[in-house]
Amino acid sequence: MITIRNVTRRFGDFVAVNDVSLEVKAGEFITLLGPSGCGKTTLLRMLSGFESPDSGEIWIEGRDVTRLAPYRRNVNQVFQSYALFPHMTVRENIAFGLRMQKVPADEMRRRVAEAMDLVALGGYEDRLPHQLSGGQRQRVALARAIVPRPAVLLLDEPLSALDAKLRHQMQVELKRLQKRLGMTFVFVTHDQEEALTMSDRIAVFNRGRLEQLGPATEIYHRPGTAFVADFLGDANLLEAEWLAAEGDNVRVRLRGGLEIAVARAAWPGAATRAVVSVRPEKVCIAREPVAGAENGFQATITEEIFQGALDRLVVRTDAGTTFSVVVANESAMMEAFHEGERVWCGLHIDDLVVVPAA
Amino acid sequence: MQALPSVNLENPHARRARAGAWLLIAPLVIWLGLFVVAPLGILVAYSLASTGELGQVEFALNFDNYVRVFDPIYLKIFGRSIAYAALTTVLCLVIGYPVAWYIARQRPVVRNRLLLLVMIPFWTSFLIRTYAWIAILRSEGLLNATLSASGAIPAIFPEPLALLYTPTAVVIGLVYAYLPFMILPIYGSAEKLDHALVEAAHDLGAGPLRVFREVIIPLTRPGIAAGMLLVFVPAIGMFAITDLMGGARVSMIGNVIHNQFTKALNYPFGAALGVVFTLLFVLSYALLQWRGRRRDRG
Repeated sequence: MITIRNVTRRFGDFVAVNDVSLEVKAGEFITLLGPSGCGKTTLLRMLSGFESPDSGEIWIEGRDVTRLAPYRRNVNQVFQSYALFPHMTVRENIAFGLRMQKVPADEMRRRVAEAMDLVALGGYEDRLPHQLSGGQRQRVALARAIVPRPAVLLLDEPLSALDAKLRHQMQVELKRLQKRLGMTFVFVTHDQEEALTMSDRIAVFNRGRLEQLGPATEIYHRPGTAFVADFLGDANLLEAEWLAAEGDNVRVRLRGGLEIAVARAAWPGAATRAVVSVRPEKVCIAREPVAGAENGFQATITEEIFQGALDRLVVRTDAGTTFSVVVANESAMMEAFHEGERVWCGLHIDDLVVVPAA
Repeated sequence: MQALPSVNLENPHARRARAGAWLLIAPLVIWLGLFVVAPLGILVAYSLASTGELGQVEFALNFDNYVRVFDPIYLKIFGRSIAYAALTTVLCLVIGYPVAWYIARQRPVVRNRLLLLVMIPFWTSFLIRTYAWIAILRSEGLLNATLSASGAIPAIFPEPLALLYTPTAVVIGLVYAYLPFMILPIYGSAEKLDHALVEAAHDLGAGPLRVFREVIIPLTRPGIAAGMLLVFVPAIGMFAITDLMGGARVSMIGNVIHNQFTKALNYPFGAALGVVFTLLFVLSYALLQWRGRRRDRG
């Protein structure tokens, strides 16, 4: 559906997008994720045609669109600010694309009505954008962009202006809508939760480069770099030093001094140093040695933060390495761990991700 | 809890508040009375008077002056004034719109510099600038000198361009004088226009012309309307430019009124022309407002 080949875009000395290649399949929900300034928006704007690459090619539906004007592309965008035409009613806004395509009046009426139903905006046809709430404007922007039936729908942080509750609701609705239409969605966000909730695949960007591409679960459980591990969810990123090979495992010393075993296969080549990433929820905590965990050690709880459904603990091992740990809070009160307590920690080898040292 | 503030005038608080309100609007009322109502009253009074044998003004209620205003000679001049002012307005719009749009799309630093350039002519007296145009347009002036030096005079034009003291010169002078009044309000509207709207329209398949017609023009319409009013209204009454650049040959309504007061010394007739002229503005302004409101209602 979309092929991005070695695309680079510079603004003066700043390389916004650096040699990015990416394939998007038809009907896929792909998210371009990264911090601000990572190049995700610039890449999106090159898909919509508002920016042109300095080098590289972009193909959409088997057609080279690298230098094609935005209004000649079969691609529509939902803008971050919605960009609804303030002088047109909801109906006129939604019909705009169809009018440009010179769709016959009765078909236009039918398709606009359909789109309004799809985003649950019935009854608001004659309102002007300034008479709508933020969530309603968002729906109008969405309806306006899907009604011309583009090959690809581009969404530029469309949920960032909504409050948390509405945002969650829209995430679910967007995903449902995308499945129902079978349309290819390219979604740009800096919000990892949004990315994890909706995407079939996530492309993580950092400083203009595509850092990692894969399904949400893979990106989360098998981050390829320290940046990805840190950006998606929480991670204890601990520098590790190779001590010795032990069969299929490697004995490493973590920052602080704790020695653990990691899978030999996970270790990056012949490096002597790497970074071990441990998700806080993967650290098992118990009052006795954790059964089945390849790595077991004793530690002291130095901090306890109550977070509603979760309890966040900071533990310090006897060797001097500190971990952030998250435990579900549903267990009975008497089971709860408290500051100053001595506990046993367990780490499964499968939960340990090793990424190259920065 | 005290009782609600009473509207009873006997209440000293209410009375003081009313007095305060009057005091606050007093400057405005005095201003309007002295400089709007009184002059208009004098104008209307004069317009209904007649001129005696010695040229003295004799106050009496008669409408002869108004009848004379509708003499074909003056109607023709009114018509010509409207036509010139309209042409000036259109030319200012055609020249000023792209300029305003271009300025509005620049970075803030560049934008402010360009705006300064638009306003620099105001630092010099209007008359001096008009004389400068005379120096340019004269048959031995700058324009013709440049043209003949470039060899264009014998090649393209058979003889030096006789521009000065023609309607063309008048329109050039008017466009030059009023262009900033078109650029500034349009700039004001264009600068506020969110560029994402232009992108959204492109994104939905609108080419440059469609975007201009469907999005840019409607959203800068307040600036366009203000600019047109600011150019048309003063241009129609302008007499200095027509005098200097049109010679005696191109007279507009401003010149006729000017002459009634300064040369013919027929104050009543000049006043009548002035009243009709003012009514013309009120009418065109009301029309503009009415159309604008109708559009807003959809």
